[in-house]
Amino acid sequence: MPAHSKRALFAATLLIGLLGTTATFAADPDPAKWKSVLAAAKGLTVSFNAWGGEPRINAYIAWAGAEVEKRFGVKLAHVKLADTAEAVQRVLADKTAGANEGGAVDLIWINGENFAAMKKNGLLFGPWANKTPNFALTDPERNKDITADFTVPVDGFESPWGRAQVVFYHDMDTLAVPPKSMNGLLAWSKANPGRFAYPQPPDFLGLTFLKQALLELATDKAPLYAPIENADFDAVTKPLWDYLDQLHPVLWRQGRAFPANSTELRRAFADKETRIGFTFNPGDASAAIANNEFAPSVESYVLDAGTIGNVHFLAIPYNAANKAGAMVLANFLLSPEAQAKKLDPAVWGDQTVLSVALLPEKEQALFEKIDLGSATLRPQELGVPIPEPHPSWMTAIEAAWKTRYGAQ
Amino acid sequence: MAHVLALSHITIRREESVLLSIDAVIRAGEVLTVMGPSGSGKSTLLAFVAGLLDPAFSTEGQVLLDGRDVTHLPPESRHIGLLFQDPLLFPHLSVASNLLFGVARNAPDRQKKVSDALAAAGLEGYGSRDPATLSGGERARVALMRVLLSEPHALLLDEPFSKLDMTLRNEIRAFVFERVRAAGLPTLLVTHDAADAQAAGGQVIHLTR
Amino acid sequence: MLRLTANAVIVLLAGPVVAGLLFVFLPAFGYAPALGQHGFDLSAFANLLETPGLTRSLVLSLTSGLITPLVALAIVLLFLAGAQESHLGRTLSRAVSPLLAVPHAAMAFGLAFLIAPSGMIVRALSHWLTGFDEPPDLLIVNDRWGVSMMAGLVIKEVPFLLLMSLAALPQIQARERLAVARTLGYRPVTAWLKAVAPALYPLIRLPVYAVIAYASSVVDVALILGPTNPPPLGVAILRWANDPDLERILVASAGALAQLGVTALALVIWWIAERLITRLVTSWIDRGARSAGDGVFRWIGLAGMTAVVALSALGFLSLGLWSIAGFWRFPDVLPGALTLKTWSTSIESMGEPLLNATMIALLATGAAIAATLAALEHEVRRGYRATPFALTILYLPMLVPAVSFLLGLAVAAAFVGIRPGFWPVVAGHVLFVLPYTYLSLSEAYRRMDPRWFAVGRTLGAGRSAVFWRIRLPMLLTPLLATAAVGLAVSAGQYLPTQVLGAGRVPTITTEVVALASGGDRRFIGVWALVQALLPATGFILAIAVPRLVWANRRQMREAF
Repeated sequence: MPAHSKRALFAATLLIGLLGTTATFAADPDPAKWKSVLAAAKGLTVSFNAWGGEPRINAYIAWAGAEVEKRFGVKLAHVKLADTAEAVQRVLADKTAGANEGGAVDLIWINGENFAAMKKNGLLFGPWANKTPNFALTDPERNKDITADFTVPVDGFESPWGRAQVVFYHDMDTLAVPPKSMNGLLAWSKANPGRFAYPQPPDFLGLTFLKQALLELATDKAPLYAPIENADFDAVTKPLWDYLDQLHPVLWRQGRAFPANSTELRRAFADKETRIGFTFNPGDASAAIANNEFAPSVESYVLDAGTIGNVHFLAIPYNAANKAGAMVLANFLLSPEAQAKKLDPAVWGDQTVLSVALLPEKEQALFEKIDLGSATLRPQELGVPIPEPHPSWMTAIEAAWKTRYGAQ
Repeated sequence: MAHVLALSHITIRREESVLLSIDAVIRAGEVLTVMGPSGSGKSTLLAFVAGLLDPAFSTEGQVLLDGRDVTHLPPESRHIGLLFQDPLLFPHLSVASNLLFGVARNAPDRQKKVSDALAAAGLEGYGSRDPATLSGGERARVALMRVLLSEPHALLLDEPFSKLDMTLRNEIRAFVFERVRAAGLPTLLVTHDAADAQAAGGQVIHLTR
Repeated sequence: MLRLTANAVIVLLAGPVVAGLLFVFLPAFGYAPALGQHGFDLSAFANLLETPGLTRSLVLSLTSGLITPLVALAIVLLFLAGAQESHLGRTLSRAVSPLLAVPHAAMAFGLAFLIAPSGMIVRALSHWLTGFDEPPDLLIVNDRWGVSMMAGLVIKEVPFLLLMSLAALPQIQARERLAVARTLGYRPVTAWLKAVAPALYPLIRLPVYAVIAYASSVVDVALILGPTNPPPLGVAILRWANDPDLERILVASAGALAQLGVTALALVIWWIAERLITRLVTSWIDRGARSAGDGVFRWIGLAGMTAVVALSALGFLSLGLWSIAGFWRFPDVLPGALTLKTWSTSIESMGEPLLNATMIALLATGAAIAATLAALEHEVRRGYRATPFALTILYLPMLVPAVSFLLGLAVAAAFVGIRPGFWPVVAGHVLFVLPYTYLSLSEAYRRMDPRWFAVGRTLGAGRSAVFWRIRLPMLLTPLLATAAVGLAVSAGQYLPTQVLGAGRVPTITTEVVALASGGDRRFIGVWALVQALLPATGFILAIAVPRLVWANRRQMREAF
């Protein structure tokens, strides 16, 4: 600590009567020596920063916490964020203040833009994630979405946790045959104004809808998978803006207000304000039926040209206080047992990142016995997910959307 | 023991202008009456003698109690009792607890002193009552008994009868002066009621504005 | 010792606010070493100005900061003028204090569900009037000019201003003033507005300023009811601060300073309007009309207050209904089935947040009351009143928008090596609770007749004996009321809890806001009810305890 701030600390301690908890400094754990990681992790409390807006996910995390405590003596404290960026801000605040040890965030649920930003600014610890015992079960050689997060190389800085894919849903009672293409959706909306909505960017799902539309409408998709610097942004995205200019007047609330996020979108659908909804979690509709939110007549579908899919990850900040504990937790969450439980729509309904075919039979059975629910599509129905474009596109599209529609 | 209260060459100023000057000696059982219109500084004088004066005033002179200079003692150490025009019985305490508040902590037989005082005031059995249920005259008597139980060496009276109606005023006035004389207390009375001064029967000083 | 405490109180309050503002100031002017920005420039402000919809965001925050207090104050004053003595008026007054216990976010959700196109009101009408089987596509909640947001704020601020007014009325002998004016021939409402209101307003000016500051920088209510595109400035700042592009934090910092400016501007406009209205009212009083729209004013006051109480009560009740609702489809007025499933799932994870919230609220309120008493006792003993400077500092956390300095405060805390955790959260809550405990206790303290202490002293009790044996017991009722306010303020804090605890100190409120980002009404219903539990307990105790303790002390029951 610099000398001049010592007096300030003294004053602050005196006045507020605070005593900072002393951080423990230890050499960073090496996941290649897993036994030493397990030994170092014992007794640690891992501060897991994960979005807390979904009670089912919170319950699943609580289950995982109980398991790692029982098996490895690692305690889990779930920091329920309203927005993942809160954790990113926290790490950034630490770095601003020079607090390079003993940070408050041990593990972050992350992907895409946030990962790209943290990696770029040196806010992450690693590489570690490619050396944990369960990582090989993901078959990273064949599954490129495990090694590239929105095209940004993962390089062992984050450990895969689950797969998401855009899935649409509708109620058979109010809409028997939903449109299965972007242009079909526009035509349907013109015929049924006010009955479709997408969340307001920069919400993740809202931006995904824009990307989904662009990927279907763009004449040449190749530039979208490279950094934006080399592309003619206006030319590539023109079809998207033409499309939205037509869609917005026939959106829910005439496009003058947007649902805040995926759950508000779900709420609007549950209240019959909209007739078509969509989600990034293929198990959502079944879970909502089980939760009394949706009628049993709700079903899921994907677009004929396919829908965007991605992988979400777990990352350790560069200054985390309990890195060994975070690794043990991340590795447990990647275990067949934890992954199978997560797939169950009654629990969460999140797709696994494991290559189930690689697993021993007994563990494959864990996955096969799960009842996916009436409104959940089978893997073959989901089809091959369309990979996410480079994150620089997301930032640029977000900014352009804001300029065009940010002040209605 | 006979007590003497001396107000020795006292001058009280506010912002350089003299508010009042007084020099007097009050002997045991005597009542000195200070009269004057509102704003003449009567209550300021009492506050100074009691040790409760606002620091905004500047003062000269001394308050001597039995020859001892008490000018710089805090009010609780002066042994000078004070009675206001309102009885000011603590509303959160019972009648007995109000009286007990006056009795010194280490005094022997504190409860007996209280019941004796109640009897002397003609208020037997009133100990557990809520002061708010007492009549005006009863409250005034309890207030006086409370001051006397604190065993003061001198007494200050701040227009103590002005809020009582005519018949009650004579009765309480007689009750107070009788007790004061019996206790042999030098007493300083401020009032603007000439009848008070007459009943007190001592020297009278008139303050002007 | 006391002198030290009084000064310590000022440092305790001003220090964090100033430090927080400093660490917002630096990045706003381009200094952010962690992002590799070492120079000083105005590019953050340039970026801010280029933000689409910025003008509307600013206008929204400013209008909300002026219209909300105006409407809330008008309802409170007209209600007091016309309806307080009536039977309905007394019932409403009694209904209002429990409303203070309902946190802002819960109230906003309740209102949203009432007035939304798929909400309770439309549902109730659909069966016999409209025949809707799908909700109409109307922009009611999240409307572009923030009308629903301001309605939500008014509903929450009216009880606050009403209770502050009710506490102030005895100080100005309102009854006597009214009686005098009426014997001079003034009709009741006119009499009240001419003889009581001009004396009351100065006493509730500060609470009104707090409402202006809150309404012009609101985040939680705006997230639920406010316009989304563009949102009011407070929400926009939070969005920039949470942007995955870390350099947007520079814009967020510049926005935080702009927020400071908007709030200051709202306060200045209000202040000028005060001067103007004072002149108008003075000449209105001088003209001597005995009746000026008595009937209309009375009706407006009563209708406004009824609407406030009815909307909040109905909104809160329907949240309660959601917490036990099974499948509940539009346009059904009641859920098809009832279930305790949401409660049983929630209760498992409720223990720690509930314990934290209770401990933090008790510790912060206890510390704030101790500091308030120390400062007030110091004032009384020294015979001086707090200087305007000291008062400004004291009320700083109430008047400076929290979004403006809390982001910087986290950096400042890390800078001096304070690790986020339980105790920093408690300290942060003290910061926000203290202005309210001071506000609600100082008048009761100063109003006490100094002769009580003169009597005590001359009976032989020292200063501290007078404090413990006379002052504190006589102040029991206002002390408990203050504690209840403190608990309610602490229980509602989201930003300081999350920022100073690094999210590791979950309370009911942080859980509610996290759930609110998910928008699941059933869970929000459960947690909002629990969130109201702590302050409600406080208010119930504050009313019940004095009644029990002073059962046999008539003057103590009547004193406050």
